[in-house]
Order: sequence, then C-alpha cells, then structure tokens
Amino acid sequence: MASGGPGDGPLGLGRGILLAYTLRRLLQAIPVILLVTLIVFLLNAAIPGDPGRIRLGQRADPAAVEAYNEARGYNDPIPVQYFNYLWRLFTQFDLGESDVKAGKSVNEILEESFFVTLRLALLSIIVALIVGIGAGILSAVKSRTAVDYISMLIAIIGVSMPVFWLGILMIIYVAPVLGLPRTGFDDTNTYTMLRSLAMPASALGLLSSATIARLSRSAMLDVMTQDYIRTARSKGLAESVVVLKHAMRNAAIPIVTVVGNSFGYLLVGAVLTETVFALPGLGREVVEAIKQRDRELITGGILLMSFVFIGVNLLVDLSYAVFDPRIRDDRS
Amino acid sequence: MTEVKIGKSPTQMALKRLRKNLLAMGGAVIVLIVFFLAFFPSWVVPHHVDGSGIYTYAEQFRTAEEYQKPPGIPGHPLGTDELGRDVLTRIVYGAGISLRVGLVGTAVALLIGLILGSIAGYRGGRIDALISRLTDTFFAFPSLLLTIGILAVFEKPNEVVIFAALGFVGWPGVARIVRGQVISMRGSEFVLGAKALGQSDFRILIGHLLPNCLGPVVVVSTLMIAGNILAEAGLSFLGIGLPPPIPSWGRMLVDSKEYWVDMPWMGIFPGLAIMFTVLGFNLLGDGLRDAFDPKMKD
Repeated sequence: MASGGPGDGPLGLGRGILLAYTLRRLLQAIPVILLVTLIVFLLNAAIPGDPGRIRLGQRADPAAVEAYNEARGYNDPIPVQYFNYLWRLFTQFDLGESDVKAGKSVNEILEESFFVTLRLALLSIIVALIVGIGAGILSAVKSRTAVDYISMLIAIIGVSMPVFWLGILMIIYVAPVLGLPRTGFDDTNTYTMLRSLAMPASALGLLSSATIARLSRSAMLDVMTQDYIRTARSKGLAESVVVLKHAMRNAAIPIVTVVGNSFGYLLVGAVLTETVFALPGLGREVVEAIKQRDRELITGGILLMSFVFIGVNLLVDLSYAVFDPRIRDDRS
Repeated sequence: MTEVKIGKSPTQMALKRLRKNLLAMGGAVIVLIVFFLAFFPSWVVPHHVDGSGIYTYAEQFRTAEEYQKPPGIPGHPLGTDELGRDVLTRIVYGAGISLRVGLVGTAVALLIGLILGSIAGYRGGRIDALISRLTDTFFAFPSLLLTIGILAVFEKPNEVVIFAALGFVGWPGVARIVRGQVISMRGSEFVLGAKALGQSDFRILIGHLLPNCLGPVVVVSTLMIAGNILAEAGLSFLGIGLPPPIPSWGRMLVDSKEYWVDMPWMGIFPGLAIMFTVLGFNLLGDGLRDAFDPKMKD
C-alpha cells in the first residue's frame, strides 16, 4: 500500500481517519479505473473485422459501410476514439450502440441482462453463506474429527470442480427429480423466476461455499485458541455461547471480507453458469457479443463488469475498515 | 570416530513433511497419472486419434443408434460420443492439452512475475511503486474476464494465444510473492556478504535471492496450474477457447450440450477428468504450502 497521504497518523483519531482512508481508497481507484478502460478499449480496437460490414452485412454497398464507420467514429485515430469514448462514458454514461442488434443501445442490453445476473449472484451468495459458514464452523468446532476431514475434503473437491460441470450434473440428475426446468429463464412471476434460478444459484453458490468454508474454518480455529475463549469456557459458559457469541464475532471480519470478495467473483463468474443454464445474463451477453464481434457491446459489458467488481471490492475494503480500526492505518 | 550429524536443509524438512501428508501424496499420484496419460496416450488407449483428435468409429455403421453407445460396451468402456468417437480416447488425449495449457500458461506467468517481482523488490523506490500499481490494477480486474477480453481479439485462438493470455493474466500473483520475499531478504547477511565480495546485482538476484523464493513460488505455481486448467476448460466451454475438433475437456462438454439428457456419459466423464486433474494439483499445492509454511513446523 502507498505510504504518505493525509490519513496517516497515530491511531485513535476515529472518524477523521476513516474519512481520510475512504477518500484515499477512492483516489486510488481512479487510476485503476482509467487503466481498466484503457486496456479494454485497446482490446476493443484490436478486435478484427470491419464494424460496418458486421452491421450491414457482407454484401452491403462499400460506400454505405464506409459511411457507417465514419458516422460511428471507427475511422478516427485510436487516441481520438478513446477520448470520445471516455467523454461519452463519464458525461452521459453512454456506452454506444450495438453493432449487431440493430438500433439497440448497449446501455439497454446491459441493463436487462445485469438484473438477471444480479439476481443470480444474490441468490447464490445466500446459498454460499449458509453452506460455507455452516460447514466452516462445524469443521472448526469438530476439528480433527471425521466430520472435519470429510467436510474439508468436500470443500477442496468443490474448489476443484468446474461450475459448468456441476451445472451439467444438476441438469441431468436434479432437474427431473425436483421437476425444475432444465435450462432457460422465465420471469413471468416471482415463482417461475425462482424456479428457473434455483439450480443455477445452487450450482454457483455451492462452489463458492467451498472457499468460504475453508476460510471460515481457519478463521474460527485461529480464534478458538485465543485466551479469551479459554476464559469464556472457564467461566462455565455453554459451548454454544462460546462458539456463536465469543468466537463467531471475532472470526467474522475475515469471513465478511471473503464473502464480499466472492460476491464480486460471483457476478463475474456467473458467465459460465449463465452459459450452462442458458440464462440471459450479463456474462452470456458478453460471450455472445464476442462470438458475433459486436465491439461496442463487448467493451461496454467488460467495462460494466469490471466497474461492478472494483466497486464491490472497494465497498468490502471500506466496511472492513469500519469494523477493524487497525486497517485504516495502512502504512505496512 | 565421532559420528557427524548432518543437519537437514529447510527444503529437505519440507519434503519430509510433505511425504507424511496423505492428501498431498494422493494429489501427487493423480498428477503423475495425468502426466503419464499426457505423454503416452497411445499406451493407454488403443484407438487412433489423428492430430485433430478425430477418431471415427462411425464409419462402420450407418445409423446413430449403432454408433452412439453407452459406457460398458466392449472396446468403449466410457461409451462413444454423438459422432461415434470413443469418449475414453478423447479424454486421454485431452490430458495432454490440459496439462500443456496448465504448465506453459504458468511458466509464462512465472517468467514475467519473477522478473518484475524481483526488480520491484530489489530496486525499491519508483520502479517498485510503478510495478506495484500495475499489479494492483491486474488484481482489480477479474481474471476470467480479462482472459475472455484478450481472447476476443483472436478469430481462432490456438494454444500459443491461450498460453500467452493465461500468463499475462496470472503474473501479478507471482510478482507480488517474489517482491515480498526479496524485500524480506534484501538486507540479510548473506546478501550483504555477496555485495561485499563485489558480486553484481544480477548475480545476487539469480544466485542468492531467487533460490530462497523457491518454496512460495512452487506453492503458488502448483495452485496456478490447477487454476489454469480450470480456466482453459471454462474458456473452451464458453466456445472461445481452442476450436473443435481438438479434444479439450471443456470443449467436449459444451459440444455434447444437446445430448446431456439422452447420453449423460458425454456430460459426465470429461468433467470428471477436469475435476480429478484440478483436484490433484490443488491437493499437492495445499500440501506444499503446509510443508513450506514455517508455522507448521513440528
């Protein structure tokens, strides 16, 4: 982490330090965001194929293709294109127009698909939290017993399992048993929506729960060997109170962090899940755009996902600082 | 004669701890099996696979019912796929692709990461600030997304493109670890001694500092191989990895999309192969981490 900056100083200044820390983290995010836009834009410019041809078809009049490219600014030098893109992005939040889906703006397409992905990610994080923290605590409490070894073996298998394969297994074996739709997304009402998201969210959530379980276990084990736990026990408190009240609260910080970070990964990692279950989410939209060489949609989608990822991680870091005063003074 | 007791080096002690770790040894066995399959596929499966991975069993038959066979029939223990190709043969030949992508992708990341990480750690100052900022930016980027973005540029990505993309995305993890290690050892006696002897910075880095980073680097590389194999499978599954008919495991899964329900074996076995291979490297990597971690010393 960078040294210097207005937030450095002795601990205990409270709110001022927290505010300074927040400002510093926001300032640090600016070059990262700019660099991300630059990388994505350069990738975009390197994508082969003539956008005019893609939009108007192979047999289109060369003059029309040329006019299309001229009007959309594809003939400008790359730096000019980049600045125009940034300008539109930061002044109007305008990501341009799809080259393939006629007349649709990238914003519209991404907005629709983003909410599918967001719902999927929210449902999966619930699954991941319940299973992951549950298994982690159980393993830590029953440390070095069969329960611990088995749940940790399952967790490492979960880390090694491709999410799309778990999806395939569910499509083959779980869908017919529970009578769930195999693939697709149906949002006519909440019930049908939940039914079509049940398997994707479980697949995605179960695999993320593996990481959460491993981390919760080690965080809990760390805490369980502390002196104040022995004190709590020697006071004659019930084991459940010791575990849930004394240990859990202190193990919560690393767990909250990993859950927050997993949420970012869930939003992005959803691309594989969406493909397997044919959900019209953000990730699938981007992959389809790549296959059809729809430049503006590729760039817009990747940018949106990166911003969401950066934003979520920033929020996690900030909440971490609220919980743990030691973090604010990051001069390490 | 008094017997001289020879002390063990940290690496020897780590390897001893590793040998006692049952799960890690299980991982090592899986890894060895995958290596064997990758190098000698024709010893394991009798069917012929040409360079493109095509083996047609279908030629002898006319209807799909005759060549699309479930597992267990003679000569095809894992069944045949929609084109009548032997599933086991394709999985065995797929091991080579997965392993190559895993190993070479990691090697590229190691090369970039070792160079940038050791320069940042050893030089410090501005160049360190620059490299560290760059590393942070890469960490801010979800790696799967960045890989997808890079592959979007290529019409038909070949293996070299995938190696480069995975290496380009993976190096910050290596750089960060190497930088930390180099910084922690930069001021130690053996480095000062080497400096006093007039050795060049380059020789100090190569001869003294980098060998001492070996443990953590081996751990991160092993886990990265697992991650890269998983990533390649994912990219192929999305249809933006290696093009057909290459028998990449991820590709085999997505190509059998229409048949998952009626011919489930096509959706099961390639995934099982991915999972076991990745599990092997993960178990080994976890074991190595425990073995090299001084806190685990008994």
